[in-house]
Amino acid sequence: MELLFVFLIFGLLGVVLLSLNALLGPKKTNPDKEQPFECGSPYLQDEIKPFPIKFSVVAFIFLLFDIEVVFFFPWALVFKEMRPAALVIMLAYGAILPAGFVYAWKKGAFKWD
Amino acid sequence: MTDIGILLIKIVLALVWFLVLTLYLTWAERKESAVIQDRIGANRASIFGIRILGLFQPFADAIKMIFKEDFVPVFSRKFLHTLAPFLSFFFVAITIAAIPFGDDIRIAGKTISLQIFDANIGLLFVLAMLSLGIYGIILSGWASNNRFALLGSIRGAAQLISYEVALGLSLVGLIMVYPSLRLSEIVRAQGSLLLGFFPAWGVFLQPLGFIIFLFAALAETKRVPFDLPEGESEIIGFFAEYGGLKWGLFMMTDFMEIIIVSALLTTLFFGGWQVPWLSTAGFEFPWGWKWHLGPWLVTALEVAAFNIKVFIFCWLQILIRWTYPRLRYDQLMDLGWKLLVPLSLLNILGTAIVMSL
Repeated sequence: MELLFVFLIFGLLGVVLLSLNALLGPKKTNPDKEQPFECGSPYLQDEIKPFPIKFSVVAFIFLLFDIEVVFFFPWALVFKEMRPAALVIMLAYGAILPAGFVYAWKKGAFKWD
Repeated sequence: MTDIGILLIKIVLALVWFLVLTLYLTWAERKESAVIQDRIGANRASIFGIRILGLFQPFADAIKMIFKEDFVPVFSRKFLHTLAPFLSFFFVAITIAAIPFGDDIRIAGKTISLQIFDANIGLLFVLAMLSLGIYGIILSGWASNNRFALLGSIRGAAQLISYEVALGLSLVGLIMVYPSLRLSEIVRAQGSLLLGFFPAWGVFLQPLGFIIFLFAALAETKRVPFDLPEGESEIIGFFAEYGGLKWGLFMMTDFMEIIIVSALLTTLFFGGWQVPWLSTAGFEFPWGWKWHLGPWLVTALEVAAFNIKVFIFCWLQILIRWTYPRLRYDQLMDLGWKLLVPLSLLNILGTAIVMSL
């Protein structure tokens, strides 16, 4: 309910801000303007070329670790009520997590050259 | 009916607070950088010859930006090109809904909380919305159809998701100490006293968590020293093909992120709207003094305390931005993965052991 109003009002503000330029701005174009931005030199390629796969490794590691982070949150919420048992439970889980982390580290997932 | 009216008033007030603070952060940044670099800074904007330290500069900038051309390059993916700045702005702007500005107030028998969206998952909501902002960056680079913009957006996405992990892990220790995800409850819990006289703020109970959160949050705002997605001075950033207000929306996102990060630091680690030893009846000092204050004065003090804390953190972030050089990309990844993530895991372990004793 509250969130619906927030989404509506902020979304409306965003749309208004986006359309202000089209309503109030000038419209003048020329061929030089329509080139991809390339530091003023004549552009060489007008399409996207393949990029290093390195970034996808970061994305995979992020997926794994973020899911692990999500599992930490409910545990942290009930920790006060069920200590010290919660500590023992998390030690088992917490042993697996650094194991994967160290493996990724040793494999060179965080190495950049 | 009155509930909806109150809600609308709250949203409009929060929006005005947010936008005015965003506008004046641009002024504060220019002035602070000017002082650091021994310049005068923006001081020419005037209304009828009245300058007052260039205080009208943000409005001059905004008016100029509004009357720019709506430029969508012919080679870009047009719909996504327009959608990207909107998403970037929207997901950061709505997080203000979860921030508590003050304690509940009572008007004519009604209890009104000074918070728009008091959800039991408030903290997760803020984190989720901040991470959705990545879509704005990725889409802007992809839709621009420009090699440099795409590379910038991929650098940005890799940086943001790397620090996302440390950001989430650094808050786990805090949630263990104040077992709640409801931001208003976390603030209330910080109103209690340690050993009978010391405010139980998050920064005193989770000092390591605070430092990790500060670094990860600085990286999330993608400004110097972590400005590799943008790199305005040398490398080309993800919004190279944007102009006018669409570029302005990306810039506003940056400044809004500063405010949101400051508000989160305040709410989670510095007691939010809590003033030390101030309760609903007035000040009760630990050495026995009492100072009775009316309910309105107490509320005003609390809201002022929240604002002052937010301003201090905004100032601190601008100071960091103008003082430190940029990190190299491998240093950035090393700091995120090899230092902050292990440290935050150690922080969780340490907190768990201390609390189990």
